[in-house]
Amino acid sequence: MYIAGALVGAILFAACGDDEPAAESTVATTAAAATTSTAAATTTAAPESTETAGSVDGTDTPGDEPQRIVSISPTATEMLFAIGAGGQVIAVDDQSNYPPEAEPVMTDLSSFEPNVEAIAGYEPDLVVTSGNPGLTEQLGSLDIEVWEGPAAVTFGDAYAQIEQLGAITGHVAEAAELVANMQTDIEEIAGTIPPTEVPLTVYHELDDTLFSVTSSTFIGEVYSTLGLQNIADQVEGDTGGYPQLSAEFVISADPDLIFLADTKCCGQNLETVAARPGWADMQAVVDGNVFAMDDDIASRWGPRVVDYAQAVADAVSEALVPAGG
Amino acid sequence: MATATVALAQVPADRRRWRVPWTAIAVIMVVAAIGLGIVVGPAGPTWWRIPLALLDRLPLISIDSGVTETEWNIVWQVRMPRVVLGALVGATLSIAGASYQGVFRNPLVDPYLLGAAAGAGLGATLVFTVLRSATAGWPIQPAPAAAFLFAVVTVFVTYVVGASFGGLRTGVTLVLAGVAVTSLATAVQTFLLQRNVEVVREVYAWILGRLSSAKWSDVRLILPYVVVSTVVLLLHRRHLDLFRVGEDEATTLGAPVARVRLVVVAAATLGTAAVVSVSGLIAFVGIVVPHVVRLLAGASYRRLLPLSLLFGAAFLVLADIPGRILTDPAETPIGVVTAFLGAPFFIIVLRTRANR
Repeated sequence: MYIAGALVGAILFAACGDDEPAAESTVATTAAAATTSTAAATTTAAPESTETAGSVDGTDTPGDEPQRIVSISPTATEMLFAIGAGGQVIAVDDQSNYPPEAEPVMTDLSSFEPNVEAIAGYEPDLVVTSGNPGLTEQLGSLDIEVWEGPAAVTFGDAYAQIEQLGAITGHVAEAAELVANMQTDIEEIAGTIPPTEVPLTVYHELDDTLFSVTSSTFIGEVYSTLGLQNIADQVEGDTGGYPQLSAEFVISADPDLIFLADTKCCGQNLETVAARPGWADMQAVVDGNVFAMDDDIASRWGPRVVDYAQAVADAVSEALVPAGG
Repeated sequence: MATATVALAQVPADRRRWRVPWTAIAVIMVVAAIGLGIVVGPAGPTWWRIPLALLDRLPLISIDSGVTETEWNIVWQVRMPRVVLGALVGATLSIAGASYQGVFRNPLVDPYLLGAAAGAGLGATLVFTVLRSATAGWPIQPAPAAAFLFAVVTVFVTYVVGASFGGLRTGVTLVLAGVAVTSLATAVQTFLLQRNVEVVREVYAWILGRLSSAKWSDVRLILPYVVVSTVVLLLHRRHLDLFRVGEDEATTLGAPVARVRLVVVAAATLGTAAVVSVSGLIAFVGIVVPHVVRLLAGASYRRLLPLSLLFGAAFLVLADIPGRILTDPAETPIGVVTAFLGAPFFIIVLRTRANR
């Protein structure tokens, strides 16, 4: 039974790498990979793709770009379609559910337990993953190029991945434009937040066992950029950015805003939060400042982080209206 | 095997040695553990205000404890149920473990042996995957209910399978049937998880042993089962002593071996299934606590069962405290703490006894 438990654990950690970078083992690799990805863009790509990635600096060699891309990373799928490379994508995995334009290429390919044969069956000239060394090696032995975009830790990581994808797919200009737009949009959204005497405090919930995120994570950066104070930052020591908070702490920290990124995973909402022992009297619950977020957007590091920032900003202004008059 | 020999050798020694008042020590430890568990935590009022606040809630007593409403909520609604649930879970797993060990005459047995854990995991997984919409309207929380039901059913299947092949005269077939049924349940569960990646996190969080989400309703939910299970097991502790001499010998002595095994397994399973359904799988307690008690106070089940009950309660309540404050305000999983505290302690006890 213990073996089974460990197995489930291992599977979970693997799964988290794709969608929800909330497990410690994932975080370790993520952090390491992210540093390299910002420093040297090609480190995370497979050796085979170095050649393609070499054309980053605008040396357009038409006809060289991959035309049969298989994406088994929901985030990369969003990035590819956002930079206009959607037409080159022939298949995406079963977790890639956005954007709607990707619908014709949505398949039941598993990103959780990727099947090399099923992927190779699409005869791709590029496979895009969120980092899976075993898969990369197997695809490499089939002479299929692989690009890996592991879970981002900062906005910068995500921008770098978008630019890399732009370079590989021949959409350098679009990628640059997307990154620039994301940067300005987020700046503008941050500018709409009215200054408060004391920064508002926020609690971001990953699941109903109170796993949360600190500011040193991708999603945590949204809150810090918008000038909000994250209660999970009070956790000392190396938590990998995803500490499991104790209920006692969350209740006594009494955050101004609660963001639930476990609405799909765990069916949480204002009512279920209010029903938890000791939570009913929390200020955020009493004032109704508990916001249901989209789990998918909150767990991906793609272009829709702008939407997420907007949703947070809306929540902040909603919370400030009754208090500020 | 070695442990079993040591245990048997201790029978005469039990009578000669000066008797340590283990029951009294155990009761004191439970009280101390619960007291400590209630006053220590990452948030809430200063420790000495808590007893005052609790007294204040008693009828006819009014003390100004200076505890705010939020602090009281933390103590009463978050910490207390956690402590009480920890005591119940620890006590149940320990006495169930000791009983399983007695009835199967095997020191390496834990309460999950016959598939209670795998069944509970499968039940919860079913609720989170294929039965999600079907169970949405249940008046009670579907996951614990299904976990409980499947734990009991799985052990029942094990029993039927074991009985139909080897008969119930010997426990070996039963143990083997348990291995097979456990693997089957785990396989189905793994398959379901593979098909439903999006719930892996939820299921995993549920299966992992935890007291952090304890509620008073959890305590109320499992209390009847725990009480029934404990009473039945305690009533059979003399029979378990007969098992120690061997199944054939016990039969010769007139003990209804098959019936006792059935009743003890059923009672231990009932308790285990109940606690697993609210706290997930907390490993280690069910093996280590009975062994420590055996090493300290002797192997007679007349003393082993009640002492395991008490020490188990104290152990899990104490083990949960570091989980709360070690990485304050983050949580450390209780399974990590039980193993970290339990394993070295067990080795120390083992050494001390071996040196005598």
